[in-house]
Formats: sequence, C-alpha cells, structure tokens
Amino acid sequence: MHIAEGFLPAPHALGWTLAAAPFVAHGARAVVKEVRENPESTLLLGAAGAFTFVLSAIKLPSITGSSSHPTGTGPGAILFRPPVMALLGTVVLLFQALLLAHGGLTTLGANAFAFAVVGPWTGYLVYRLTRATGVGLLPAVFAGVALADLATYVTTSLQLALAFPDASTGFAGALVKFLGVFALTQVPLAVGEGLLGVLLFRVLTVNARPELERLGILRPAPLAPTGGAA
Amino acid sequence: MSRRALVTALLVLAVVALFAVPLLLDGGASEYGGTDAAVTEELAADGHAPWAESLFSPSGEVESGLFALQAAIGGGVLGYVLGRLRGRRSAGRPGPAGADAR
Repeated sequence: MHIAEGFLPAPHALGWTLAAAPFVAHGARAVVKEVRENPESTLLLGAAGAFTFVLSAIKLPSITGSSSHPTGTGPGAILFRPPVMALLGTVVLLFQALLLAHGGLTTLGANAFAFAVVGPWTGYLVYRLTRATGVGLLPAVFAGVALADLATYVTTSLQLALAFPDASTGFAGALVKFLGVFALTQVPLAVGEGLLGVLLFRVLTVNARPELERLGILRPAPLAPTGGAA
Repeated sequence: MSRRALVTALLVLAVVALFAVPLLLDGGASEYGGTDAAVTEELAADGHAPWAESLFSPSGEVESGLFALQAAIGGGVLGYVLGRLRGRRSAGRPGPAGADAR
C-alpha cells in the first residue's frame, strides 16, 4: 500500500495530495471536536489509533508467498466515523515515511487517500449497510474491518495503474497487473484483520458499554443492566 | 471453560493458523518479499526512476527495530486503554458514560 517515495509522477503526487488534504483537515477538526465535546472518548480514540499503529507496523506472510501490511483502520472508522481515521491514518503514514523510508512525502497524499480515506470510508459503509440489513454487530465489524483493508490495496492498485498504464494494454492491463501483486496477497490479511477487529469489539462490548451506547454502536439496554438494585 | 472464553480462544487460534499454515505448507520455498517492494522493483524494471529520495533511510536492522518500536507504541497504548476499561468495570462503576473521566 505504500507507494515508494518519488515514484508517482509529480502531477499525480500533487493531485492525490490535493485530493487527500481536505479529508485530513476535516479529520483533524473531527478529532478535536470529539475530544472537546466528549472527553470520555479519549480512551477509545487512543485505542483506535493504537490499533492501526500496531497493525500497520506488522508485515504478515500470505498464501501467495509474499508478505504485506494489514491496515487497522476499520475499528476506528466504525467507532468514530471515517473522518477521525483520515487524521490518525495520516499520522501513521507520516511516521513511516519519515522514520522508516516506507512510503514518502511526495506519495503521502496518494497513500493517505488509499489508507486513511478510502479504507475507512469503505469499512464504515460496509459496516452500516450490513447492520442496516439486520446483521449482528460482530459479523458487521468483521466485514467492515476486512473490507477497509482490502479497499486500501485496491485503491493503491488503481492509483498505480492511473500513473503507469501498460504500454500495450493501457490502464486496464496495468490495473490487472497491480491487483495481481496486491489483491490476492491481501485477502488472508484482510480476513485476519477482520477477526482481530471482532476480538477487539468483543472486549469493548463488555468493558466499554457506555461509550459504545453513546456512539450508537450498541443500543442502550432497557433500564440499568447491572447493579440496578440501588 | 466458559463459552465466551472458548470463542475467544478459537478466534485467536484462527488468526494464528491463518498466517502459520501457509508458512508450514510452503516449507521455506518462498522469500515472502513485501508487495510494496515488489511493485517498486517492477516500476524500476520498467524504467521508472524515482524523482525524490527519502530524507532518512534506516539500514535494514535499524528499520526492523523502528517497526518494532511502532508496534510496541501501538500495543502499549492499546493494552493501557483496554486495561483501564476493564479496571473501570471491575471497580463496579458501569454508570453513565464518562463517569470516571474527570
């Protein structure tokens, strides 16, 4: 998912930066607003950021004989809506671009668009749509988190195919080529990430029930669920 | 073992198996090169040269340490948050949202 520093032609690098910038700026405002209006959210916000920090640091082997990074952007998008992840995801990418030579400043816009915008929005929309059709919380979390991961890599493939169309087969041929590198390798990682998301939400539904009710993830229990004797 | 604990154990096992089984089946035949690097190499082979360099490129050893640092920061914060949430619940204050935030 990290397009390496300097590889995108300058007009593409600039275009993706301009495309991602409003999302990131809006995301920064969303984070500040969330923390100011709901200080009790800070803990969960930390958990959402930490989840993407851990997962995007790990390279996992896949059935294809290649390895790749999970993204970890799904849970935050489901909990706090996607704008928050536009900021948190970009912070992760900046860390990796500056300290790890993974990705880069010229490709930060394109990478942020895939990782911090399209991924979280896809995860959130899949989660909402599956919930709306009556699917339970955890299966919806699984679908949302897994597809946030996969959508990120599909977007990267699209970005690369736009920048480097194949000499004979054009955009479509290049897209098939880049998807061939990214998409299949990513499938087991997306599944694994979905399962980790389910594990996280299982912990949260028990220990962070008030927050999840306020965020609209869980329906408030009728009357006091525990310790209602007083 | 409660049903809940069993489900948790199975989920963890599934995650581990998802990544361990391909490794075992493969038997060391694959290099497990990164997909990002594969694309970069392909672009370079097609004659596309980068027009900018990373400001700072750590050596392989330092890089893996920095990746470990990134994972450690994330894991540390995640553990802290989940520990606090659990502690709050076992302290018996399931009250309204943010009851202990101030």
